[in-house]
Amino acid sequence: MKAAVIVFPASNCDRDVAVALAASMGRDPLMVWHRDADFPAVDLIVLPGGFSYGDYLRAGAMAARSPVMAEVIRRARRGVPVLGICNGFQILTEAGLLPGALMRNAGLAFVCRDVHIRVETTDSVFTRRYAKGAILRIPVAHHDGNYFADRATLEALEGDGRIAFRYVEPDGRVTAAANPNGAARNIAGIFNTTRTVLGLMPHPERLADPLLGGTDGRAMFDGLVEALA
Amino acid sequence: MSAITPALVAEHGLTPEEYARFRGFLGRDPTLTELGIVSVMWSEHCSYKSSKRWLRLLPTEAPWVICGPGENAGVVDIGDGRAVVFKMESHNHPSFIEPYQGAATGVGGIMRDVFTMGARPIANMNALRFGDPAHPKTRHLVAGVVAGIGGYGNCMGVPTVGGECNFHPAYNGNILVNAMTVGLAPADRIFYSAAAGVGNAVVYVGSKTGRDGIHGATMASAEFGADAEAKRPTVQVGDPFTEKLLLEACLELMRTDAIVAIQDMGAAGLTSSSVEMASKGGVGIELDLDRVPVRETGMTPYEIMLSESQERMLMVIRPERAELARAIFDKWELDFAIVGRITDTGRLVVRMRGAVAADIPVAPLVAEAPVYERPWVRSPAPPPVPADALARAPAIDAALRRLMGSPDLASRRWIWEQYDHMVMGDTVGRPGGDAAVVRIHGTRQGLAITTDVTPRYCQADPVEGGRQAVAEAWRNLTAVGATPLAVTDNMNFGNPEKPEIMGQFVGCIEGMSEACRALDFPVVSGNVSLYNETMGKAILPTPAIGAIGTLPDISFAMTVGFKRDGARIVVIGATRGHLGASLWLREIAGAEAGPPPPVDLAAERKAGDFVRGLIRDGRIDACHDVADGGLLVAVAEMALAGRIGAVLDPAPAGLHPAAWFFGEDQGRYLVTTGDADLLAARAAAAGVPVMVIGRTGGSSLTVDGAPPISLADLGTIHESWLPGYMAAEAGPVQTE
Amino acid sequence: MKARVHVTLKKGVLDPQGQAIAHALGTLGFAGVGDVRQGKYIEIELAETDRATARARVEKMCAQLLANPVIEDYAIEIAE
Repeated sequence: MKAAVIVFPASNCDRDVAVALAASMGRDPLMVWHRDADFPAVDLIVLPGGFSYGDYLRAGAMAARSPVMAEVIRRARRGVPVLGICNGFQILTEAGLLPGALMRNAGLAFVCRDVHIRVETTDSVFTRRYAKGAILRIPVAHHDGNYFADRATLEALEGDGRIAFRYVEPDGRVTAAANPNGAARNIAGIFNTTRTVLGLMPHPERLADPLLGGTDGRAMFDGLVEALA
Repeated sequence: MSAITPALVAEHGLTPEEYARFRGFLGRDPTLTELGIVSVMWSEHCSYKSSKRWLRLLPTEAPWVICGPGENAGVVDIGDGRAVVFKMESHNHPSFIEPYQGAATGVGGIMRDVFTMGARPIANMNALRFGDPAHPKTRHLVAGVVAGIGGYGNCMGVPTVGGECNFHPAYNGNILVNAMTVGLAPADRIFYSAAAGVGNAVVYVGSKTGRDGIHGATMASAEFGADAEAKRPTVQVGDPFTEKLLLEACLELMRTDAIVAIQDMGAAGLTSSSVEMASKGGVGIELDLDRVPVRETGMTPYEIMLSESQERMLMVIRPERAELARAIFDKWELDFAIVGRITDTGRLVVRMRGAVAADIPVAPLVAEAPVYERPWVRSPAPPPVPADALARAPAIDAALRRLMGSPDLASRRWIWEQYDHMVMGDTVGRPGGDAAVVRIHGTRQGLAITTDVTPRYCQADPVEGGRQAVAEAWRNLTAVGATPLAVTDNMNFGNPEKPEIMGQFVGCIEGMSEACRALDFPVVSGNVSLYNETMGKAILPTPAIGAIGTLPDISFAMTVGFKRDGARIVVIGATRGHLGASLWLREIAGAEAGPPPPVDLAAERKAGDFVRGLIRDGRIDACHDVADGGLLVAVAEMALAGRIGAVLDPAPAGLHPAAWFFGEDQGRYLVTTGDADLLAARAAAAGVPVMVIGRTGGSSLTVDGAPPISLADLGTIHESWLPGYMAAEAGPVQTE
Repeated sequence: MKARVHVTLKKGVLDPQGQAIAHALGTLGFAGVGDVRQGKYIEIELAETDRATARARVEKMCAQLLANPVIEDYAIEIAE
């Protein structure tokens, strides 16, 4: 598998996700600078966490309109899988590749902690290695992760099985207390209609190394390698 | 040009003697720009004129020290060709005025100090002191400072991995925001500030210059009367996005051979950076201010030289590499301007619009900076512990509940969850432990980091408090299994012109110096913040210690939580029941009294080396330094962290239970082990006192025959104080 | 010519910052404070002399970048 990690000026999880990808792929991903719209063909594009352009105006707003994103959008429409983590998820919604928006956390503060998420579907290249209903412990670290979409959009996401992950209690119950940011219907991650684009707020790359206290994120990268190799 | 009047000199904070000395080597009346330059260079902040004589007492050398105090940060060798670059610095006053931006720019400044030397920042810490929780400003200050630290560090993508936070009424008018950054560099690629090479280009990079933070008193002078409102000094605003670009651009340029010298523009901006570079290199420097990128129109040489706009650097570059350097800064979309050159005149010459605004010989400007031997007196003995304190002692379980929910002991989760403490993917020991542990990227080596000081001890006895601050930092590093290496200090005190304050400073330095020597723990960088006083009321003497140590392998990293039922809980080090200056005495008996617990540095070292040996040999499965609140608070913290309870033996005969469980005797660790006999045998051989005090198990804490305290209850008490406090009547948190 | 753009959250989109401001105003003793909505104010200098053209250009800027139509509304003022 060939993967590209798009690097915006203030991306800061680009190295972290490259390390996690390399551990699963056995080779380094291509790091693509945001001005290089003309990057080689790859099997997977990753938009990493961070603050892209300082997250001024709105998180991900300016990154979504950068030249490299025009190319990412073109390739996503052709079916190249795109994974957006945290700021990457924000960019995907701003770019229109995923519906809805990520608003300021309901608690207004930045939140960095381990949360539990439930795998809502395994029918995707991103989630195929997980068991349906599996509970993962994965960190979040964001200021704007409060997923919003209008009712019709939410119903469509539910109806199409395009909700990838939900924030839950360790035992799997969907509660307000388990929701770190006020996201609608405890949504932690969603797919596009073809399930080839995934955006999620939690950071699977942060718990993909046993020495850092967990490996629940690892299966996402292993699954991608398996599916796209 | 207006005349330099005595009033103008005074507004610049110079004494008549200082001014006469400056005029003496200048040989004429200075220009206003020159007066501004000397005023900042000879300010307490830049010249260390009150503290210099005493800072020399601190040990600064060891075989592993690559660079001690005097550069932007300290540098120590951690082996395998790697060096750790670190420093702690205060941003107290700006944070009190505008907590979000004050704290944010403090974090930005200390990170620049570290990457200026060629190191990528890999961890941030902070030591915070706020006023009485009941004081009307405290909540707003806590909210703003924490959001500001998070806002800057999170965007930079550097994990904020720990720190400390205290509350005391002595900080009502002067909070302390001390930020520490730890960076990693190749040991043979450290960048320094000494300029060299006549003809080399002086280059300005980063953000544009505005009128940020220019000295208020000066701005009020008649010279600026015309449109005073527009020229009012402004709060410095941090731009972490630009700093992230500056970090990446500098590190990219540092991989070439373009840079001869580099210095960040922090306090006193272009003035102190250019003077320091010229002075250290023994050269002259010429600046053409017309080339400095500015954000505002009509800026004077005085304003440009004194601006404290953030996210700027000054570099000396080989001219033949200038275009390469420019291309890198273009890539990162940052300003890059050649603003001057290095000369052999030994003078700082500043030109603007065809006129010479300043022309000062650099050597005397630095060499003749005033150094004061301020009068000082020893601190008086603290009031004695009230005779009836123990007689009125509440039950042990009741006291524990109150302590665990008290402002100084309650969980800091509300704070550190606002900091991204995991970015960079190497955080092994997250906040909440004795010391944070980060992995050296791509290796198995670990770096342990801590910040410590107990200001109430320093207040009661500065010498003992100084000793204790260093010893506790050393102990916290040891408790995670690390070998302590070196210290950065952030000396926060009141007005040094008062002999009793100067006495606190001297006492703390003496104690620190003694402890650093005894523990082979050199001070490699530091910062002094004086005049932390409001209406004649000084803060508690607060010499914050930041320290680092290394672990050969992160699999050794020890944590505080109990791991399993049925382990023996062992206290290492002697327990005598010292309640003077303890949290129990303050929070439960209502008295801030008594001497602090004495630190026996020989015993400290012996106990620490013993514990580190146990950790490295895999003989213990949890370890926690015994500090604020004593034994029982330490047990409670271990139980909560591991979600496993404990049953403790009663206090030994002859010691009051409160003294046994809450005394703050120094040099102690709590550990758990499956083989207490082996541990006792090793302790006897090492000459370290140990005692089994109970065993782990269950879901509650049972103490001395009292009713069990459920961990769930204790956890709620411990976790709810800070969020509850912050939620009460909280105003909107400033987030941008 | 100068354009002033106000970006606010759409009606019906929860505004926790606005709520926090309302709450704080209440605790400061400002009685009778109802719903509070916060937003952004953006000033843009335009090299343009015709008001209608200026407005059309700023409309485009709002639609493309300054506001997120999923959650935000905007209002434009053109000043001399």
